Amino acid sequence: MTGESVATDAVAELTDLAVWFPTPAGMVHAVDGVSLTVRRGETLGLVGESGSGKSTTGLALLRLVEPTAGTVQVAGQDVTRWSRRRLRRLRRRVAMVFQDPQASLDPRHTVGASIAEPLAVHRLAASGTARRDRVAELLDLVGLRRDLAERHPHELSGGQRQRVGIARALAGEPDLIVLDEPIASLDLSVQAQIMNLLRGLQRELGLTYLFIAHDLAAVEHMSDRVAVMYLGRIVESGTPAQIWREPAHPYTAALLSAVPVADPPVQRSRQRIILAGDVPSPIDPPTGCRFRTRCPQARPDCAQTDPVLVEISSGHQAACLFAGGAVRAMRAQPTNASSP
Amino acid sequence: MNDETVLSVADLTVTIGTRRGAARAVAGVDWSVRAGETLALVGESGSGKSMSVLAATGLAPRAARVTGDVRLLGTDLAALSAARRRRMRGRHVGFVFQDPMTSLNPVLTVGRQIGEASEVHLGLTRRAARARAIEMLELVGIPSAAERVDAYPHQLSGGMRQRAVIAMALVCEPDLLIADEPTTALDVTTQAQIVELVADLQRRLGTAVVWISHDLGVVAGLADTVAVMYGGRIVEQGAVDAVFAEPAHPYTAALLAARPDPDANVTELVTIPGTPPSPLELPEGCAFWPRCSVRGDSRCERELPPLVPVAAGHQVRTFYPRQTREDR
Amino acid sequence: MSGNGDSTSRRALVALGRDPLAVTGGVVLALLVVAGLAGSWLAPAGINEVDVDRMLQPPSWAHPFGTDELGRDVFSRVLVAARVSLQVGAVSVGIALLAGVTLGLFAGYYQGWLDNVLMRCMDVLFAFPVLLLAVAIVAVLGPGLSTAMVAIGVVYTPIFARVTRAGVLSVREQVFVRAAVATGASDLRIMRRHVLPNIAAPLIVQTSLSLAFAILSEAALSFLGLGVQPPEPAWGRMLYDGRGFITDAWWLGFFPGAAIFLTVLAFNLVGDALRDVLDPRQLTVSEARRNAG
Repeated sequence: MTGESVATDAVAELTDLAVWFPTPAGMVHAVDGVSLTVRRGETLGLVGESGSGKSTTGLALLRLVEPTAGTVQVAGQDVTRWSRRRLRRLRRRVAMVFQDPQASLDPRHTVGASIAEPLAVHRLAASGTARRDRVAELLDLVGLRRDLAERHPHELSGGQRQRVGIARALAGEPDLIVLDEPIASLDLSVQAQIMNLLRGLQRELGLTYLFIAHDLAAVEHMSDRVAVMYLGRIVESGTPAQIWREPAHPYTAALLSAVPVADPPVQRSRQRIILAGDVPSPIDPPTGCRFRTRCPQARPDCAQTDPVLVEISSGHQAACLFAGGAVRAMRAQPTNASSP
Repeated sequence: MNDETVLSVADLTVTIGTRRGAARAVAGVDWSVRAGETLALVGESGSGKSMSVLAATGLAPRAARVTGDVRLLGTDLAALSAARRRRMRGRHVGFVFQDPMTSLNPVLTVGRQIGEASEVHLGLTRRAARARAIEMLELVGIPSAAERVDAYPHQLSGGMRQRAVIAMALVCEPDLLIADEPTTALDVTTQAQIVELVADLQRRLGTAVVWISHDLGVVAGLADTVAVMYGGRIVEQGAVDAVFAEPAHPYTAALLAARPDPDANVTELVTIPGTPPSPLELPEGCAFWPRCSVRGDSRCERELPPLVPVAAGHQVRTFYPRQTREDR
Repeated sequence: MSGNGDSTSRRALVALGRDPLAVTGGVVLALLVVAGLAGSWLAPAGINEVDVDRMLQPPSWAHPFGTDELGRDVFSRVLVAARVSLQVGAVSVGIALLAGVTLGLFAGYYQGWLDNVLMRCMDVLFAFPVLLLAVAIVAVLGPGLSTAMVAIGVVYTPIFARVTRAGVLSVREQVFVRAAVATGASDLRIMRRHVLPNIAAPLIVQTSLSLAFAILSEAALSFLGLGVQPPEPAWGRMLYDGRGFITDAWWLGFFPGAAIFLTVLAFNLVGDALRDVLDPRQLTVSEARRNAG
């Protein structure tokens, strides 16, 4: 996202990151040239559909997947080639909250034991009493009763479990928390609670987040800056207002118009851009622009040139040969019908 | 009852015996859907929205005890033998579920699976059924249908599979389509395609649709009427415009406000404290009372509010309906 | 394993208590343990009290299981031999458990070449007929109780390695293991705190079934004269010695045989019942059926 040298306030930085996985069908290009910087105290939103590589990008920040190419820097240190043993220290600096709070908690451990795990691993509590006190403090922070420390995950509701996952992530006082779809598996009424909690904690403790989600409205609400991913690449980045009001990449515009609005007259009469077909296979991504196979504004040039992110206005970048113009043309002739 | 009514459900209850006691999954629900109309059932997990539809169409699990009056095209389903009920359901009702992979048999081609129902219910020959399957695949917008008819489910993408399931559901031109969270497992751009497809097919075929969803945005775009469920009961019911514009139940209002709105710049989202109740431990009075921001008086705690009209065709189950705009 | 007095184990115990077969097996095992611990005190006669006047007497009130060719009380000998069987079972299964779980844990956790090497070795061990392998090991180490225990332990190592590895492979893919990696936990910590407790159920089942087979194997080795050496009593050895009198004095072989049979049956009953109540799939299936919808 930034071409310039490492900003001093960068908590984490990915440069030209590629993550490829070998599969029987061929090499999956899950992430294919992603550069981004997370700055201290901000929330960077990473949004995309399944197969966009957004989760893999998040895992790469903790070195939970091996980068095929590119570098991963955390707190100014290049951790790309760190050994397994050294990486364990990195993982105190970067914590993670997972999508499914039920699956991410060991069913046989009490809530207290799960929250205390980072404390035990990084020897952050001098004694058993100190550890218990810290767990109680963390439970307070995430708005859970202290006596829940003795319970097992299956005795908790989905929202409570996700609060436990957040408390565990906070335990090691990390520089950065990677939130991988933290609200996707929660009930609607609980999603708002968790988003408020995350924002409240950020204000209170000065946290830095990488917020990964497929839910555009949630990303817009949570983030200071947003990056939109498609097929292993960032196709557009900017402030939430820029992304929401003046999308410059046709994919962003299509994504926005596909998000349903809970207002019947508006939703029924909206101009919509309905994309044809499905996301192409990341084993064999299209030549040139990766979005051209579904882009309503694709032109012959798009198959030839692989567009790079270019600055459109201050802090707003898009990877489209016809950035801005293509979206205006699409909006002028919406494609409301989907049947051939 | 209107002639066009395709499916009507009256005083439907579903009780499921569990190790920890009887779970009242659905506790007295009335709704109906007419030809060409879309009824959306909205609610969070455990609200009973899916169970009420499964029970109405005879697909409730065996452990469930179902009571109430269910009429499909005017026929009382309870009065039919199991075999006749099954035949009637197969002929007149199509189903689309959340995960297309579980609705499709992995070892049969999609063409066979789509054609099968038409062989059974319409008496088509194998060859005619295949032609019908191709026709259906074209109808649901699958490109090169004549080739895809011989594809196995794993050879199709998620969106294509759901289209194939819709083709399967509609092959007998049913009077009613039940769609149970059919887009929840799909990406938003694919979801938009599927919603558009169902709406378009409904316009062309005049099918009645019952669409079960937790996504208020999806519902806003496709429903004619909406029933909001909470704790096994309908808490608000009415025309979709009225319910969304002037929600009278505190739960509906809170649910609508809980979504972040990118056009309104708010730091703090409106939340509903706590979590949806388990069907095993429903509160005695109003099920929403423990989480309610209005929290009237002890009456809410003890007494179940009746479903009362607040406007023509708009009913709500609360002692304290929110004031409509005209009142303010 | 962390002391999780959690509701799963409690539920499992309650469920076991409701299963009449499991209760029967449990009672037999309890009697066996009592006999093993206190057999020498409980025995009405000394195990080596030779009395030529009472040779080969059929069962009577004085000698409920009769006497053998040296006039020794068979009941007392069967009772005391329980200790040997228990000891062999516990030690050999202990060896198999320790070795098998360690190998399976590392193979399943690290996968790759380590997994390949370890599991191919286990396959080779597994391919031998159990008794043949045990006989070969005893032949190398010399006969006797301790070598019999080692031999049986080696023979049952592959099965524990396989059960462990299969469990590790599935637990390893769980999100909570990834979450532990993400907190920076070491591999050993993850194996000890997260993987092992979550594969305990199949291991407990396998342990109880293997105890039965270990006791059977010891009996077979003793029967072949490769296990416990006379005059110390062992069920297999007694069976062997009684073989010559099978037509005249059936009780010599019958009672040790019955003891082996009952013990093995009891372990199998308990093992099967444990499998039913501990198998997480069975739990989820029945729960799913109950909470369907």
